[in-house]
Amino acid sequence: MDSSFFFGISTIAYILAMMIYITYLAFKKTQIGITATTITIAGFISQTLAIMLRWKEFADLSGMGFLRSAPLTNLYESLIFFVWCLILGYLIIEFKFKNRSFGAFVTPVAGLALAFIDISGVSKEIQPLVPALQSNWLLAHVMMSFIAYAAFALSFSAGLMYLIMTTEKRSEISYIFWTFALAIFVVVLAAMGIDFLTFKVVVKPEEFIKSYMFNASFLNPSAVIKILSWISTIVTIFIMWRYGSILKTIMKKFNISPETLDEITYKSIAIGFPIFTLGGLIFGAIWADQAWGVYWSWDPKETWSLITWFIYAFYLHSRMIKGWRGKKVAIVAVIGFMAVIFTYLGVNLLLSGLHAYGSA
Amino acid sequence: MEQRKNKTFADKTWDFFASVRLAIIIFALISLTSIIGTILEQQAEPAKNIKVLTRIFGESLAPGMYSIFEKLGFMDMYHSWWFMALLILFSINIVICSLDRLPRIWKIVKEPIGPLTEEKIKKFIISKEIVLKGKPDKVKDVVKNAIKNAGFSYAESKEDNGYQFFTQKGNYSRLGVYITHFSILVILAGAVIGVFFGFKGHLNLPEGFVSDVAYTNSGKTVPLGFDIKCNNFDVEFYGRSDMPKEYRSWLTVIKNGREVLKKLIVVNDPLTYEGITFYQANYGLMSERLGSGLFIFRVVSRDGKTSVFNLRLGDKFEIPETNISGKIIDFSPALKITDNGQVFTYTNQMNNPAVYIDFSESGKHKYSGWLLKRYSETWQLPEGPRVEFIDYWGVEFTGLQVRKDPGVWVVYLGCCTISIGLFIALFISHRKIWVRIAEEKNNTRVTIGATSNKNRAAFEKKIDKIISLLSKKQEGGK
Repeated sequence: MDSSFFFGISTIAYILAMMIYITYLAFKKTQIGITATTITIAGFISQTLAIMLRWKEFADLSGMGFLRSAPLTNLYESLIFFVWCLILGYLIIEFKFKNRSFGAFVTPVAGLALAFIDISGVSKEIQPLVPALQSNWLLAHVMMSFIAYAAFALSFSAGLMYLIMTTEKRSEISYIFWTFALAIFVVVLAAMGIDFLTFKVVVKPEEFIKSYMFNASFLNPSAVIKILSWISTIVTIFIMWRYGSILKTIMKKFNISPETLDEITYKSIAIGFPIFTLGGLIFGAIWADQAWGVYWSWDPKETWSLITWFIYAFYLHSRMIKGWRGKKVAIVAVIGFMAVIFTYLGVNLLLSGLHAYGSA
Repeated sequence: MEQRKNKTFADKTWDFFASVRLAIIIFALISLTSIIGTILEQQAEPAKNIKVLTRIFGESLAPGMYSIFEKLGFMDMYHSWWFMALLILFSINIVICSLDRLPRIWKIVKEPIGPLTEEKIKKFIISKEIVLKGKPDKVKDVVKNAIKNAGFSYAESKEDNGYQFFTQKGNYSRLGVYITHFSILVILAGAVIGVFFGFKGHLNLPEGFVSDVAYTNSGKTVPLGFDIKCNNFDVEFYGRSDMPKEYRSWLTVIKNGREVLKKLIVVNDPLTYEGITFYQANYGLMSERLGSGLFIFRVVSRDGKTSVFNLRLGDKFEIPETNISGKIIDFSPALKITDNGQVFTYTNQMNNPAVYIDFSESGKHKYSGWLLKRYSETWQLPEGPRVEFIDYWGVEFTGLQVRKDPGVWVVYLGCCTISIGLFIALFISHRKIWVRIAEEKNNTRVTIGATSNKNRAAFEKKIDKIISLLSKKQEGGK
């Protein structure tokens, strides 16, 4: 039994848990809820085993010792670890707030991400480390960054749910904001889905973005398709804006109060921010100092981390000094996670710089 | 009159710098300009960024946009005067904001806690009540123990018909935010020290060469105060692939003619001497010296004796205890042999050094072939001896990043304190608690009022614990 076996089990468990969580939301039976939680925990344990096994496989293969063989060296491995943190964070929230509504959202993200990694087949490949990554700081820096990213992801979903639940009028700025953000999210996912269907390729994500992304829609050579893509984008935004209140009706059934969501948003950021500061920025700086001879070089990844840091610092200040609550800070939390996504993926894929390991 | 006018101006300036709005504007400006700085490659050749701008603005606008951005300093924006000004403004804002709020916070920190009236205790958001059997003097100790159990030491005061206990904890945690803000200034100060008292340079040092200077990026020469020598440079690859595993430079520090330090440096493990640090940054082949390097062979004879040869292109060597001699004919830094036997050099780095040797016995040509440094099976001669190709030395240089930064420890100090500050500011709360016990019809009414500046829910749970502890004691005492 190798790591991919356990990754397979956890993928199935998360997808199964998603279905049971949705059933639970529909029927609200305690037993169903407990089943969903149990399966999620089983998936989590299996994924933990898988990560440990992969770690060992890597250590055996590279002969570089345990500390330097953490499976966190490329986009796929980091995505797996991100999913792991996300599930852990979710389970903590479930136990602390005694509310399972979140599960129906988190488990599908986890399951689909793992399934995607599995289908692409790249996860089985173990790549040797380039000299710059051979450091004990790799473990601390990357691991803590992703724990923070997962915490920010939770704050994002809680913040978005908060906005969905509390906005009323279509003319309200916060309503326009979340419908727009969600519509863009849907459009990007849909466009990528069309790319997959059109080109039928499963390649490394770096390659996908460089050579295929949006080629079946926005970047198509045909002007007709280009125009159609833009029209459907506008239509999606309009539909989301016009019928967004339906989501609110669904959300109301979840039996989770906006105050709880606001608190989850804040707590996730309050935990994520210091971890990000220490693990992401400070450990990153110390490592950069050792490897490159400069602790801060305004490399795109560093700069984007700093921008992310500023946004969350702003969130904390607006809450603590200005006493903002609710919609205003929820918007900041949503924007903050957009910066996180760009720091994590966008920088590696779109910009060049010293941190270009993901694209190697 | 004049004075008052001055004062209002000073006040206005102060208020301007103390405002959160300014902080937000600075945050936004630093972020937005930085985004441009990540899209345009910094300190790059113009052609690169014109290409980037063409993608965004189209062919016709790109050169114009380039010259606008260049005039605004965006091609090296993190060193431009306006970005520095933003950082200075940011620092001033932090200082003034902190000073502005400090007196108020300091008062809260230092304010001693005293007994409160019952109405006030009941007004707290966290406010609980329980009635215990027996007079205050009897239940007093039970209440005291419950407070102690919850982790509080307390002060006590006697009241008309009972007692009051009160305490606060974590009042200094309100200063966590100041530690955090101050740390940012420390980090910036460390960066400034580095800029003024340190330097950042590079040095390409060929194998066997010595240098007593380094060169900054702007082309200035910086004396090191000692000599640094590169004894050897080498790349280790993963298996037989061309994927580098390790870049290694063997360096020696020479001061006043004496060797004082020897170290093998690799990426992530630099050498430091007298505050100057040498990092493995890059490497390369010097094509003009390609023909004049030193071939190092270790010849192992049949009986296991080894002898080392240092030879040049065209040199001859004798293999001990035999009549066989070799002559170095040709060399390739990166040899590739195709399936049909064609031989060529596939890159101009030392990825696969190979040497072509003619072997003869008693002056008569016997056979010839390529010996590859990375392929030990090519070293074996059919007669038994082995010619190990150890290195082709003296044709590569190691690229060292050279840096002196006396501010780096100040930066790290700031990093330590910012972590501590953030932890205090986010996770430790200032908690206050008042417990009043008063006689009521021969029983005792316990009123608890509590407040916490953050994480109220957790504190409320703790208060609930005190209450349940009291009620349990009550039942046990029956």
